[in-house]
Amino acid sequence: MITFWVAVLALSILLYVLLDGFDLGVGILYGFTRDEGKRRDMMNAIAPFWDGNETWLVVAGVVLWGAFPIIYATLFSAFYIPLVLMLAGLILRGVAFEFRNKALHLRWVWDAAFAGGSLLATFMQGLMVGALVAGLPISHGNYAGGEFGWLSTFSVLCGAGLCLGYLLLGACWLVRKCDGEVQAGAYRLIPALSLIALAVLAAVFIFALRDHLQVLGRWLERPYLFLFPSLGIAAGIGLILSVHRRRELAPFCLVAATFAAAFCTFAISFWPYMIPFSITIDAAAAPHASLAFMFWGEGLFVLPLMLIYTAISCRVFHGKVRSQSDSY
Amino acid sequence: MHITALLLSRLQFAFTISFHIIFPSFTIGLAAFLTILEALHLATGRPTYRVVFEFWLKIFAVAFGIGVVTGIVMAFQFGTNWSELARVSGPIQGPLISYETFMAFFLEATFFGILLFGRTRVAPWLYLVSTAMVALGTTLSAYWIMVNNSWMQVPTGYALVHGDLVPDDWPQILFNSVVWVRFPHMLLASYLTGAFCVAATGAWYVLRREFNAEARVMLRMGLILAAVLLPIQLFFGHLVGDYVHDRQPVKFAAIEGRWHDEQPAGEVLLAIPDPAAETNHYQIKIPVLGSVIGSLSLHSKEVGLTDFPRADRPPMVIPFFAFRIMVGCGLAMLLLAWVGTYLNLKERLQRHRALLYLIFWSFPLPFVAILTGWFTAEVGRQPWTIYGLLRTADAVTPILATGTASISLVVYCALYTFIGGFGVLFIYRLLRAGPGGRLALPPSSTHGRQPPLGDEPFIATESP
Repeated sequence: MITFWVAVLALSILLYVLLDGFDLGVGILYGFTRDEGKRRDMMNAIAPFWDGNETWLVVAGVVLWGAFPIIYATLFSAFYIPLVLMLAGLILRGVAFEFRNKALHLRWVWDAAFAGGSLLATFMQGLMVGALVAGLPISHGNYAGGEFGWLSTFSVLCGAGLCLGYLLLGACWLVRKCDGEVQAGAYRLIPALSLIALAVLAAVFIFALRDHLQVLGRWLERPYLFLFPSLGIAAGIGLILSVHRRRELAPFCLVAATFAAAFCTFAISFWPYMIPFSITIDAAAAPHASLAFMFWGEGLFVLPLMLIYTAISCRVFHGKVRSQSDSY
Repeated sequence: MHITALLLSRLQFAFTISFHIIFPSFTIGLAAFLTILEALHLATGRPTYRVVFEFWLKIFAVAFGIGVVTGIVMAFQFGTNWSELARVSGPIQGPLISYETFMAFFLEATFFGILLFGRTRVAPWLYLVSTAMVALGTTLSAYWIMVNNSWMQVPTGYALVHGDLVPDDWPQILFNSVVWVRFPHMLLASYLTGAFCVAATGAWYVLRREFNAEARVMLRMGLILAAVLLPIQLFFGHLVGDYVHDRQPVKFAAIEGRWHDEQPAGEVLLAIPDPAAETNHYQIKIPVLGSVIGSLSLHSKEVGLTDFPRADRPPMVIPFFAFRIMVGCGLAMLLLAWVGTYLNLKERLQRHRALLYLIFWSFPLPFVAILTGWFTAEVGRQPWTIYGLLRTADAVTPILATGTASISLVVYCALYTFIGGFGVLFIYRLLRAGPGGRLALPPSSTHGRQPPLGDEPFIATESP
């Protein structure tokens, strides 16, 4: 039971990162263009999906609460300010989808809310992952790092890194869903973004070495961990090749593979801890009665349905967004 | 009053959930209404139903969007501000809330996408199914929320293990009688909200002498629905009162404004309560009626607030007045719906402009009733978060600093005011503009799919 819910939690976080990752990335990219036609194309490319994508974040949150209540309580109260800011970002960008079209004179407000909200939410997510990797001080089952304990150069670098990662996902999504100028622009961006992302990753690694992060010890104990970064690098090379050959679907899949590799790296270096090196999965798990209740309903029957819904949505809205950049 | 993280967290929760509840309660009712419209359109082929559908769908989209983003905050807030609650009752409340997300949110999100962008992409029957799925999703969401809240009102089916509340009897938690009176009460309140908003909009257009066909459909459907549902709602309201009487006597005494035991008990209609002196001023009271309402008896003894220590009493003034406002709104809606339906069936409503004005201005009533109803339920439960088990003061995040809590309170207040203000403005503009515009067509089965229309900004097309 515990293993099942760890797997569901991992799946929902990974799906969230991949799915909301691309629409948050498109949201940030949106801030870099002024062209109305391009902006419409970009929004069209994600408008039918974002709500479902964002729901995977709620899934991860409530699975934590139901299956691992101690983690939910400890982690969320520790990340109080980053979470509030992330939610503020998600709210601003979420309402912008509907509000932008309805605004008469203040459209720029919602454009700014859309791009800024996407950036803020992404940055805070990366920052929290960074702070978690760096290690949260826990004493007597409560976070003991102070109000700004999550803020460090390392966590800020991780925030920037995630922004670049989501930008890559977003650019690859635009390659797939758009044509014309938007697609061409996205193709041009991908190599540059990959290079900057690589540089930030290197910086993250250097800071991890400098701070003697406990996670690094894990890598020495478990050399098979290097498999996943290698896969990530392979996918990165494949990405550049696929962009060079102007493939449409492959870049997105390859960036997704890179993300999956990074995710597995984290997950396996944390194992068996949920909050690294203080709370383990077994210590955090809810009683069997809770896990079983969730398993026999939502786990066995509703979860497959949810995956089917996501597939239906992709099926109904497959194909290119009609290009509007040419008509303006 | 001393400012503490506890007080700020309570203010924040009260503000964010009050703001949030306005939108789902509206969209639950509206989703059901949209399903009926789409079904009527498919069955009769009358274009008016389609025009009304498209009109309300635009309003639904704005309200639904605000409901979604403010709902995400709720899923996180238990962890950020109420970590002790999340920890102690997580094994019960966590699974309940997770069922809501799993069963409802994906249904809503996916099929809402099809509703907004899929008219040109899916067959008409699938479009109707999608509408019904959105309505089903909103209803399921309400069910799980009511299970969760009812468990906080009357905890049941649990065991206390090492200070944590763990599940002992899930069927008891899911299907107890409290859930089955409170869930219908909330659902009916949402349907009434939808019905009154639709009827009020219809009345507005009739008064403006515009959109005649659509206005008549709205007025007729809204009023008839409200006229039928309101008596049922009053009946369920009475059942809710019965459970409060039996399971939460101190809340019942606060609502009734009864300070001391009485036999037979009177019913305070209105008064100015004085909690310091434990008495009411200027009260209007009907003898014996209190016993009739509480126990359906002419001489039962009904308990008063002073039977309970002060530390266990709710802040009596809020539930006392909130309850009276809710009932007042309900009775006013009943009167309007019945008189309006009667005149409408006699084809005389169009001439009664005063009544049309009243119906138009009645749109806030269901919202006020829902908010005050929730104030009665939630403030009346204080000082407990989980009634009788966990005090609100013990549920708050222990490490939360006052400064941190004030940051989030300010952020949420500013943000919600901002998006709420614009949301209401956009809904008002849509209502003022009225139904109309070109209609997108479903894909034709003979030659591929119809091209989307140019004036729809967010319609994606097939690749050639």
